[in-house]
Amino acid sequence: MLEFQLDARRGSFHLQVEGRLASAWTVIFGPSGAGKSTLLRLLAGLDQGRAGEAVYGRVELDGNELTNTSRHLWVSPGMRRGGMVAQQPALFPHLTAAANVGYGLQSAQSHPHPSHQQWTRTERTRRVEEMLELVGATELAQRRPGELSGGQAQRVALARALAPGPKLLLLDEPFSALDGAASDALLDRLQAWTNANGVQTLLATHDVSDALATGAEVLLLREGRQVSLGPAVQVLAHERERLLHRLTPL
Amino acid sequence: MDWQAFTLTLRLASITTIILLGVAVPLAALLVLGRARWLAAVEALATLPLVLPPTVLGFFLLVLLGPHTAVGRAITALFGHPLAFSFDGLVVGSVLYSLPFAVQPLVAGFAAVPEALVDAGRLLGAGSARIVITLLVPLARRSLITAAVLSFLHTVGEFGVVLMLGGDIPGATRTLSIVLYNQVENFDYGAADRTAAILVGLSLVALAALYSKGQMRGGSRA
Repeated sequence: MLEFQLDARRGSFHLQVEGRLASAWTVIFGPSGAGKSTLLRLLAGLDQGRAGEAVYGRVELDGNELTNTSRHLWVSPGMRRGGMVAQQPALFPHLTAAANVGYGLQSAQSHPHPSHQQWTRTERTRRVEEMLELVGATELAQRRPGELSGGQAQRVALARALAPGPKLLLLDEPFSALDGAASDALLDRLQAWTNANGVQTLLATHDVSDALATGAEVLLLREGRQVSLGPAVQVLAHERERLLHRLTPL
Repeated sequence: MDWQAFTLTLRLASITTIILLGVAVPLAALLVLGRARWLAAVEALATLPLVLPPTVLGFFLLVLLGPHTAVGRAITALFGHPLAFSFDGLVVGSVLYSLPFAVQPLVAGFAAVPEALVDAGRLLGAGSARIVITLLVPLARRSLITAAVLSFLHTVGEFGVVLMLGGDIPGATRTLSIVLYNQVENFDYGAADRTAAILVGLSLVALAALYSKGQMRGGSRA
């Protein structure tokens, strides 16, 4: 269960959102500039004290407070047990894909192994292989980010975010470089994995088909304001009609 | 050729460079990653030796490290001797004098590392030290080399601070710059030519090596 109430200003942009998300998957839907990325970054704990930005509010995950500005509480990003994948994969260019995926497994305090022990070398290797296989990138293990296509880099970035076993997964248009079929297949596998591992996921997108495909709860954002929150078929009814109208031959 | 001064100069520059890198890497990382307002004052202080006349810095250090200040007395008690007019004192002076030459390239190099990579490291649970060691330093390796070369060469050529703080003690504080000064004062221009040539040659070779490496890697010289 993710609860948040946030009020953030950056220059002339003003984000005001409030939500209580109980379902495993939630889509943050809105056009470019609606505030989707800003919301995900605030939930991830990034941007604390960023110049020119004022943030107020609170974030709570499964009963644990992560942000509460009135109490000056701001749990650091690495201690929130959150994973994030942005449109730009931000892979570490000097490390191989496998080393990128394994990076978070060496921060044992913030991402403890399920047994509350540090990951051993063998466990790390196995976990990296498992995650690369999940995203269909096993053969890329020894390649460096500079040798990967945009879609391949996004797969590796997803594996890197999943490897430490996050409780909250924040996806900011993470499959933009993948074609439709590959994106759908990866989304299906990812949904199965997050559901099996009890990971609450927020997917930010401006693609209505992505939003409808997940069958998730949808939070509709427009110009920083929360317009509605509810089942996809209700919240996106207008968008769905518009899409169907475009697909219907005259 | 004063080989004693030559080896002393190289020893001073080497020790100073090693200490400077140890100080400048965390300091530059703090300046780049930190968001506190007082960091602007720290950056100004770290840059001050760049614009301060070396003799002024040398004079301040001479007074500060002397027996008339609490700092000077504490250091004397700690080391068993005052730092003024000693090799150790020269090292302290050189570290302060060359600090901007180590910090500035590192700040530029660290700041050039995309923020998205630092965010990714933070999200994966890396603390500040791990981000510096595993991300900033490897990704700003060229800046680290630049900082090391500039610190070394700047220390080799330093004169004002050495003269004020160290004087001219053979084997302890007499560096090549002091030797050159003495040779000119004694009208021994032949010897001065050779000493100056060594100082120029040393600088040229190091800078040429630095820049040729930069060109081989695509010309990035940050």
